[in-house]
Amino acid sequence: MTRRHMLLLGPLLLFLAAAYLIPFLGVMRWSVTLPEPGLHQYRAALTDPLVQSVLIRTLRICAMVTVITVAAAYMLALIWVRSGPVARLLVELCILIPFWISVLTRAFGWLALLSNRGVINTWLQQLGIIDWPLVMVRNEFGVVVGMVHFLIPFAVFPIATAMRNVDERVLMAARSMGASRTRIFWQLFVPMTRPGIMGAMLLVFVFSLGFFITPAILGGGRSVMVAELIYLRLFQSPNWGLAAAMSVVLMAGVGVLIALMLRQLGERTAR
Amino acid sequence: MTRLQPGLLAGVIAALLALFLLMPLIAVIPVSFTPSRFLSIPSGELSLRHYRALIENPLWGQGAWLSVRVGVVSAVISTALAAAFAIGIWMLRPRHTGLLMGLALLPMVAPPVVSALTLYFFLVTLSQFNDFIAYDRWAGVVMAHVVMVSPFAVVLISVGLAQIDRRMDLAARSMGAGLGTRVFKVIVPNIRFSLVLSLFLTFVLSWEEIAVTLFITSIEAVTLPRLMWMGLRDNIDPAIAALSVVLIVVVVTVILGRTAWQMRSNKGDRA
Repeated sequence: MTRRHMLLLGPLLLFLAAAYLIPFLGVMRWSVTLPEPGLHQYRAALTDPLVQSVLIRTLRICAMVTVITVAAAYMLALIWVRSGPVARLLVELCILIPFWISVLTRAFGWLALLSNRGVINTWLQQLGIIDWPLVMVRNEFGVVVGMVHFLIPFAVFPIATAMRNVDERVLMAARSMGASRTRIFWQLFVPMTRPGIMGAMLLVFVFSLGFFITPAILGGGRSVMVAELIYLRLFQSPNWGLAAAMSVVLMAGVGVLIALMLRQLGERTAR
Repeated sequence: MTRLQPGLLAGVIAALLALFLLMPLIAVIPVSFTPSRFLSIPSGELSLRHYRALIENPLWGQGAWLSVRVGVVSAVISTALAAAFAIGIWMLRPRHTGLLMGLALLPMVAPPVVSALTLYFFLVTLSQFNDFIAYDRWAGVVMAHVVMVSPFAVVLISVGLAQIDRRMDLAARSMGAGLGTRVFKVIVPNIRFSLVLSLFLTFVLSWEEIAVTLFITSIEAVTLPRLMWMGLRDNIDPAIAALSVVLIVVVVTVILGRTAWQMRSNKGDRA
């Protein structure tokens, strides 16, 4: 490698080392020095009842979101990959349009739909079905709906890839042996697309762990998740050491999950 | 024998899911025409006051202009850095390619809130030495956005490079072309489509970036998403509905235009 080649690789690597890696080491230092040296912030992150309840809520919401998102994405991918051209185009547009719209606009759209004076409550009240507005935002329901909506397009892509790789002849063979459609779907098609399902689940779970904007807007400060707690500990009731320690724990958790994802990917390409 | 198509039930579920994906985008339309000062559905009378507010209140224009400037500069810098890096990897295939790529993609896979805290730490530290690339300054926002969007540019440009025939570069080298000639006369012209795509994607990502921007700005460098965030947190300002409608119309127009263009050129190919 000559010095002139370093002109190509160097700038981005140096920039990221200076602006990302070294500052992250600084954050790690905060986590063991603020307000005083020691590991007590990590102890707090694992034993403090408030932090604990936030962690448990985060894991619960992320698990729910992951299951719902991947199930929904599977149905959409099925129509996208295996239907006629018109249905395919419509599904593609319904996935691509939200995908390109910013997270803030989409969260606001859910506020417009679900809040007390929003579309659904206004209609239900005008029709006389309910007397008092249903509370659908500023709680966990709103958070889950908003996150599922944000993540569906991301889950569709890996599942659709797995579905395109399904060998059509296997399905035809089963058909000609007299297997029913339901049986072909559950006993052949779903197992054959399992790598896509697993990939999508890991991707969605990793994404949702660090979620911040959607829960903050649709949870309205009531159902705080880890990422929002970091924000609050930095800017509203400062405890920088705790914010830093939670960031390090979050980064480590995501690192483990990504390592799992890469290993799975490696196995799949090796086969 | 025809290919197995999804059944009616799957079609109905997918249609409901497609509706779910579009619903929040449609819900902002009635809200944007409300005559009142708070989020509500107009009953009877419609008003354009919130659209007028977008034009008359200079804050929105200033925010949009700042976002455009930040977006353009971030797109140019991150595409240049990423192109040099990706070309370097492609030409040299260094031994530690996996490690180097991992570093370059780190800000994309790390949880956004961890990146936000890291960049906050970095910019607060820089603020002690200068007033330009600093906390709550526009150049500081550019720097943070370059960190966040470069990985996406690296991915796009690497995909473009994977499609070039390596023998072209080898031929140029054996004819005595230097590194500069090979990069600018041989490689860059062959990946110009990926470069344009990367400029576009990095601009869009910077234009709608909020998670990191929220941590590193307060009152001076207020980008458009930051302004929307402020209007969403406390009393929800219906001007955001008007702005959302404008943004959604732009995205839908671009996607429909692209789809129509693709369909026309597909037909042209067949004729």
